[in-house]
Amino acid sequence: MARGAGALSRGAGIAGAALALAMLALPLAAILRAAGGGVRPGPADLSALWFTLEQASLSAVLSVALAVPVARALARRRFAGRRLFITLTGAPFLLPVAVAVMGLLAVFGARGWLNAAAGTLGLGPWRIYGLHGVVLAHVFFNLPLAVRILLQGWQAIPAERFRLAATLGLPPGQVFRLLEWPMLRQAVPGALAAIFAICLGSFSVALILGGGPAATTLELAIYQAFLFDFDLGRAAVLALMQAGLVAGAAALSLWLTRMDGSGSGLDRAGQRRDAPGGWRRGADALWLVLAGLFVVLPLVALVLKGLPGLVDLPARTWPAVGNSLLVSLGCAALTVTLAGALSAPMARWAEGVGLMPLALSSLVLGTGIFLILNPVMPPARAALPVTLLVNVLMALPFCLRVLAPAWARAEVDHGRLADQLGLRGLARLRWLILPRIRGPLGFAAGIAAALSMGDLGVITLFGTEDRETLPLLMYRLMGAYRTEAAWGAALVLLGLSFGIFWIFDRMGGRDA
Amino acid sequence: MPEQDGLHLKRVELMQGDFRLSADFALGAGARVAVLGPSGAGKSTLLGAIAGFLDPVAGQILWDGARIDRLAPGARPVAMLFQDGNLFPHLNLMRNLALGISSRGRVDAAARARIERALERVGLDGMAQRRPAELSGGQQSRAALARVLVQARPLMLLDEPFAALGPALRAEMLALVAELQAETGATLLMVSHDPKDAERIADQIVLVDEGRAAPPAPTAALLADPPPGLRRYLGDG
Amino acid sequence: MKHLALATGCLLATQAVAETPVLNVYTYESFTSEWGPGPQIEAGFEAQCGCDVVFTGVGDGAALLSRVRLEGARSEADVVVGLDTALMARARETGLFAPTEASAGYDLPIAWEDPDFVPFDWGYFAFVGEAGAEHPTSFEALADSDLSIVIQDPRSSTPGLGLLMWVKAAYGDRASEIWDGLADNILTVTPGWSEAYGLFLDGEADLVLSYTTSPAYHIIAEGDDSKVALPFDEGHYMQVEIAGRLAASDQPELAEQFLQYLLGAEAQGVLPETNWMYPAVLPEGGLAEGFQQIVTPDKALLLEAGEAEALREEALAEWRAALAR
Repeated sequence: MARGAGALSRGAGIAGAALALAMLALPLAAILRAAGGGVRPGPADLSALWFTLEQASLSAVLSVALAVPVARALARRRFAGRRLFITLTGAPFLLPVAVAVMGLLAVFGARGWLNAAAGTLGLGPWRIYGLHGVVLAHVFFNLPLAVRILLQGWQAIPAERFRLAATLGLPPGQVFRLLEWPMLRQAVPGALAAIFAICLGSFSVALILGGGPAATTLELAIYQAFLFDFDLGRAAVLALMQAGLVAGAAALSLWLTRMDGSGSGLDRAGQRRDAPGGWRRGADALWLVLAGLFVVLPLVALVLKGLPGLVDLPARTWPAVGNSLLVSLGCAALTVTLAGALSAPMARWAEGVGLMPLALSSLVLGTGIFLILNPVMPPARAALPVTLLVNVLMALPFCLRVLAPAWARAEVDHGRLADQLGLRGLARLRWLILPRIRGPLGFAAGIAAALSMGDLGVITLFGTEDRETLPLLMYRLMGAYRTEAAWGAALVLLGLSFGIFWIFDRMGGRDA
Repeated sequence: MPEQDGLHLKRVELMQGDFRLSADFALGAGARVAVLGPSGAGKSTLLGAIAGFLDPVAGQILWDGARIDRLAPGARPVAMLFQDGNLFPHLNLMRNLALGISSRGRVDAAARARIERALERVGLDGMAQRRPAELSGGQQSRAALARVLVQARPLMLLDEPFAALGPALRAEMLALVAELQAETGATLLMVSHDPKDAERIADQIVLVDEGRAAPPAPTAALLADPPPGLRRYLGDG
Repeated sequence: MKHLALATGCLLATQAVAETPVLNVYTYESFTSEWGPGPQIEAGFEAQCGCDVVFTGVGDGAALLSRVRLEGARSEADVVVGLDTALMARARETGLFAPTEASAGYDLPIAWEDPDFVPFDWGYFAFVGEAGAEHPTSFEALADSDLSIVIQDPRSSTPGLGLLMWVKAAYGDRASEIWDGLADNILTVTPGWSEAYGLFLDGEADLVLSYTTSPAYHIIAEGDDSKVALPFDEGHYMQVEIAGRLAASDQPELAEQFLQYLLGAEAQGVLPETNWMYPAVLPEGGLAEGFQQIVTPDKALLLEAGEAEALREEALAEWRAALAR
């Protein structure tokens, strides 16, 4: 291991890990303490556990399996609008869940475009509600994430390697076996684990599209235990079950993932001349068109539905936009700092800790923090800071997933030279790490900002006096029968989330 | 052996997995030494240990009588060129060289002047704003040498940085190294595959073979009457 | 003299601001939103109490009760507005609420006598659909039809729980059978009212579980009379929304005054066209025209709070068993 990365990085890592662990463990402990211990899960909880596992596994496998051909096509083809394509297809991941579900329904629902088209052909109607609907929505949300993770993997293979393969005239099968498979072996487990963990926490999607109580996830059971039964002990036990699942998935993925530097390139813009032609060219194009339509059509539906509502937006939309921006930018800054600290030691324990927040629902976190704050101050006054804190924790795993490999690669590829030059601490950060991870850094900040922008999260639990965020405004409009204006607010939210992500990603500068 | 100026490897034992290498010799200040030996014999390992990338399991490494084997690579009196990756691809030459002067990367007027002089010295005048990818292979090697020049360390370690260059270009680089060494008076330790390279600029040879780095011997004498290990390597059987 | 008076006035005013008592009111999110009754009630009560009313909005009714329980005796809240009859037994059990003297001549379909809580508005649950079509007039007819319905989850929403109680109150031991029949009509189950109503407005389902008063919103606010509530022969289950004051409040008199204000003509006049429910006390001039056009059930159903609470587990199990196929 490089010496220069030594003490300071380890220190940052330990501090970051301690902070993240404390922010996770303390709330859970507070709930258990308030509950006076846990209770045994009942049969309904076990069936929720089973359904949770089933939908999360299916969603993860399907998202990643579909992402492989799409990411490969994006990696080896160059076409006009490719960058825009990559950015646009990233949008679903950044959308607030309820908004995205409405977009999906506009395409796949009973009166959706798909059924309308099928109707003219004398087919259908097709019902979206059920396990397949839940999985469809999860793939919609997570396919972009999987594509981005895999695309980064592809782009991390030095262009020189593909050039070599082209020189040797290796057939596509060989290129896959020699260059792509080793990369996939490294990237896929992480992508699977991340998506699996995200889907474990699914609540609204599973409930709205699941079609009934058979589609009860652990998260819904937790929600019910908290808000309806006020059974803190049961909620805490369910939360622990969920945490156990995520920890298991994270451990498995770390165990399967191999970290290697596949050699440093010279940062030459990779014009890939080795991409196979013929039917493979057509297949790549088909994948891109299908994935593009799948992801973009619901967005188009959202825009069409939202436009008329823009005129109905109340004046308080703008302060809400301000509040949301504040939370979002704060979340981006704090999350990348924490993710950086956890990336620095380049150790699995640090990465593992960074994935832990996936395991706890924001409801559990929020309630725990609430219980901690309550004796000290009225929790409603801390609504925005706590929202920020919870958002940081929720975004951390994704940012870490993006930053840690880039950090490690920078060290593997150039750490020796930095050591030779005596680069340490902040100088190493400034001259080696930051320039090398700029792309992933911008991407990570964009994810954190957008996720936090669309999150309604704990603000509903903490309640609000005057500080209203945009998602909250949207829900309030929906709750007041003002569906049209709510669509308008959703469109503003979509634009903001997407815009802020785009700006950060652009600042990172690198392609994907 | 009394403590002396220059580099001193005192009963140094190196270990990497199953691989072992021992070295016990001294080099006078200003010496020009080629490290020869078969592939995989441990030439790079030896240089890596001197530069601080591998801790000896036993023995000491001294420079001018002071132990350096506990120091971080950047704190040693060493400037080293690797087989590749000698420049940060994301920084232009000015920044790359500036890091050789100050590890904080500060560039004041004096540093700027020094960098420009060094670039001029290696024939890259006016290219300070370019990034490595905008240079040819030979130019990249020159830029790396310019960085060694501004680092101004008394010990220069070259781990075949020119292996990828063509024969004419490589000869040109070696000539440049010889000139720079003569100007700075640094001690030069250079891994090489080619006895001709050694003949060209080294006055001594360290032969690395069968787990041992032999003490330096005069180049001419050694090549005229090679010991069995070297003979095997040279392939004149 | 004038100047002096003005200056004194200012001085008194600033002092008044500094010493203005604060009344903290917890309610559900949509009550306190710009379109809810919150802002007008806040302004109205502040005009007469010389106090500062601070509304805190928390999710829905169920979340509201959990919030109060989480905070316990430390709660800053003086008054809680927006629990309902289904939550009342659990709310009383917490021991956090204090008895109230506030009362009025209620215009409720049932007699109201409760020491701790006052009813401020109410409504009937009903399925809402498009006008003009032939609609079923009972749960059994609905189950026999091939109409699709969206309902809310009784485990996370008060209307969802209301439907559960509706079926239980109307059919008792046959509830499970009714749910079996409805299972194939239920398109999906949403976490809350907003999502379900949104799905209905988007045309995903033929009917949605809402209130008989929902069409009044469309008539009055949008001039749209295309939505109707379906009258059911079994009668309609009621939701009575209630308010109470907390025992640990540091403003017990103000809290008491506020509850009385909530039952007064001014606040009651605000509720119908902001909360889209019937007021607990009918205004003298009657309700707006839009409320006259909507259906009025012949028969009101409501289980007594303790009984509803006792039946909840069993009803939930029946519901889950019927729908979890």
